[in-house]
Amino acid sequence: MFSFIKHKRIYFTFSIILILVSALALTIYGLEWGIDFTGGSILELNYKEGRPSISEVKESLNDFDLGDARVQFSGDEGIMIRTKDISEEVHQQVILKLREGGSLEELKFEKIGPIMGKELKQKTTLVAILSIIAILLYITIAFGRVSRPIASWQYGIASLIALSHDVLIPLGMFAVLGRLYDVQITIPVITALLTVIGYSINNTVVVFDRVRENLIRDRKSDFRDIVDKSLNETLTRSLNTSLTTLFVLFAIYFFGGETLRYFSLALITGLICGTYSSLFLAAPLLVSWLEWKRKN
Amino acid sequence: MKIIFILFLFLFTANLVYPAYYNKSVDFLNGKTGWNLSHFMDIPFKLGLDLQGGVHLVYEADLSEIDEDNYGSSMQGLRDVIERRVNFFGVREPIVQTEKAGEHHRLIIELAGVIDPAQAIKEIGKTPFLQFKKMKENYEEIIQNNQKVIEDGEGEFEDPFENTLLTGKYLEKAEVDFDSNTYKPLVLIRFNNEGSDIFETLTSENIGKPLAIFIDNALISSPVVQEKISGGSAQISGSFTDVEAKELARNLNAGALPVPIEIVSQQVVGPTLGKISVQESLRAGVIGLIAVILFLIVFYRLPGLLSSISLGVYICIVLGLFKLVPVTLTLAGVGGFILSIGIAIDANILILSRMKEELSEGKSFSFSLEEGFKRAWSSIRDGNFTTLLVAFILFEFGTSFIKGFALTLSIGILVSMFSALFVTRTFLECFKEKRLSKIRWFWE
Repeated sequence: MFSFIKHKRIYFTFSIILILVSALALTIYGLEWGIDFTGGSILELNYKEGRPSISEVKESLNDFDLGDARVQFSGDEGIMIRTKDISEEVHQQVILKLREGGSLEELKFEKIGPIMGKELKQKTTLVAILSIIAILLYITIAFGRVSRPIASWQYGIASLIALSHDVLIPLGMFAVLGRLYDVQITIPVITALLTVIGYSINNTVVVFDRVRENLIRDRKSDFRDIVDKSLNETLTRSLNTSLTTLFVLFAIYFFGGETLRYFSLALITGLICGTYSSLFLAAPLLVSWLEWKRKN
Repeated sequence: MKIIFILFLFLFTANLVYPAYYNKSVDFLNGKTGWNLSHFMDIPFKLGLDLQGGVHLVYEADLSEIDEDNYGSSMQGLRDVIERRVNFFGVREPIVQTEKAGEHHRLIIELAGVIDPAQAIKEIGKTPFLQFKKMKENYEEIIQNNQKVIEDGEGEFEDPFENTLLTGKYLEKAEVDFDSNTYKPLVLIRFNNEGSDIFETLTSENIGKPLAIFIDNALISSPVVQEKISGGSAQISGSFTDVEAKELARNLNAGALPVPIEIVSQQVVGPTLGKISVQESLRAGVIGLIAVILFLIVFYRLPGLLSSISLGVYICIVLGLFKLVPVTLTLAGVGGFILSIGIAIDANILILSRMKEELSEGKSFSFSLEEGFKRAWSSIRDGNFTTLLVAFILFEFGTSFIKGFALTLSIGILVSMFSALFVTRTFLECFKEKRLSKIRWFWE
């Protein structure tokens, strides 16, 4: 039997370091918000017969007032241009101008006004807060009957800590990716992170569920041993479930195309963190809490 | 009994998802025997704009000139006018809907398929404004002045016409016709009762004088009134081409927008991108599925194989539901569906792990099966319920991308519970008391 409790300090430290690094990345780099949230335009072009260089594209865009226009390659034949919020006329002129530089196909044009972006940010925050409150309530109610030796709301708090861990670390990663590779926080990425909330809770609940069951069955053993036993019993399930889901996610990451790439990346990191936190963080935290309470 | 039900369900949904094989064999049978079996219903998947290409537009309505009480009716009127215009594009199932977000009143337009977005945007925003004008009293003088301005190159033009009460507001119908002498196209207009009266007065006061017809402040024609016209019809005969006449009639019919609108969000997806997306996500789904099945069989052996089969049933049911409901499949929705394959397996794994545990403690097959399901249930319930909760909140408050994702994910979760608790269970129960269940290697 593997002891999750014995070295819990090491596991906690590992998580704390990751969280600190993520928090640091978030404060220093900040997040690179996509046009969904800031407003702006995005133009995706495909050049079948060879694409121009980025500087060539930038040069032909010089005639237009596009704000801080960013040009980057996407895929093997594509070019992606991000600008401020431009009108349909300017969009058409830009396309005309770019056609001079090579035959192209317009894959996608998106334009979002600044008000819409602001609204979306508010909406997303609301959704995140609501989800967390709903889950906390559910756990507190679902574990309502178990009160020895830990109160049901403490299960809720522990899963909340695990949850913040699982969302913060992917966010930190995106802060770094945003700085290094200009990766943006788009609606798909946010959706993925919101799903991570659900996943993280799912993993934690399965472990807690086992703890609850073992607590009822075995009234003699120490809480510490019961937690360890429960973690060992759920270990295979946790790993296997995460693995099968990861298979699917990696398939999306490698073969699912551009739009879903960072969506799956956010889910992959969130899921790995979630599996880790459900085993090494959530339940061991309960043990530490109890021991701390007994000491005082 | 249960197994027959599952078989039936599987065959039904599988044919729903992909009826080609069934139809082919029916054709074959019909040809051989002269029977008249009918084809399986062929419902296509409903693809979202991002998968089939199209235009998604969001307009913001400027209601500052309108009383707050009339906001609702103004938006409704706006929707109706735009809908009429959009219907001329020949797009299949265009969507025009109003939305209120805080203080903002918006109109969302979705046009699927291959259309020219620039043209569509131009047509939607167009406000053809029809005016009938009469000569000002000092008409001759103004004309002479204008002539002088042209010759001298200085001074200002003056409009020799003045507004009358008659505008496009009183229009009932406009249609294209052809002049019986010259065969040139012209536009016939009919006024409503109120308009007919105004038109009658106007013509009776202006016999022998020209009456000018302006569209969007441009002079189209100025026919001379021969006599008083009752009955409320008139014709506009400019130098139109066929196409121009049709367009004018169409725009006049569609009417003017009741409130000004401004475009705030625009999304245009070319048809190629949609096709690529469908292919890529399909490939990702298949590869992910194969990986999952291999893993299940290697790790859980026979029950793993049974779970894989029930996963197949699961996929057919979900896709069948997508067609029947119908669920509009966007890229996000496909992502949610592929993800739900992973989740569907979770319930199976929970049960199989529990069973394996019981079996390795030396319990009997039937007992382990019962216990496996009984004890995995609370985890499945709590775990799936929390994910459903999040999906529900995402659906209620999210944007369209998030909604598509949340919907397919929720359907996936619900069906996955059915497939694990009923389908997998039925499969496993088939082995109860059978010789195969005694061979431990298959199960542990």
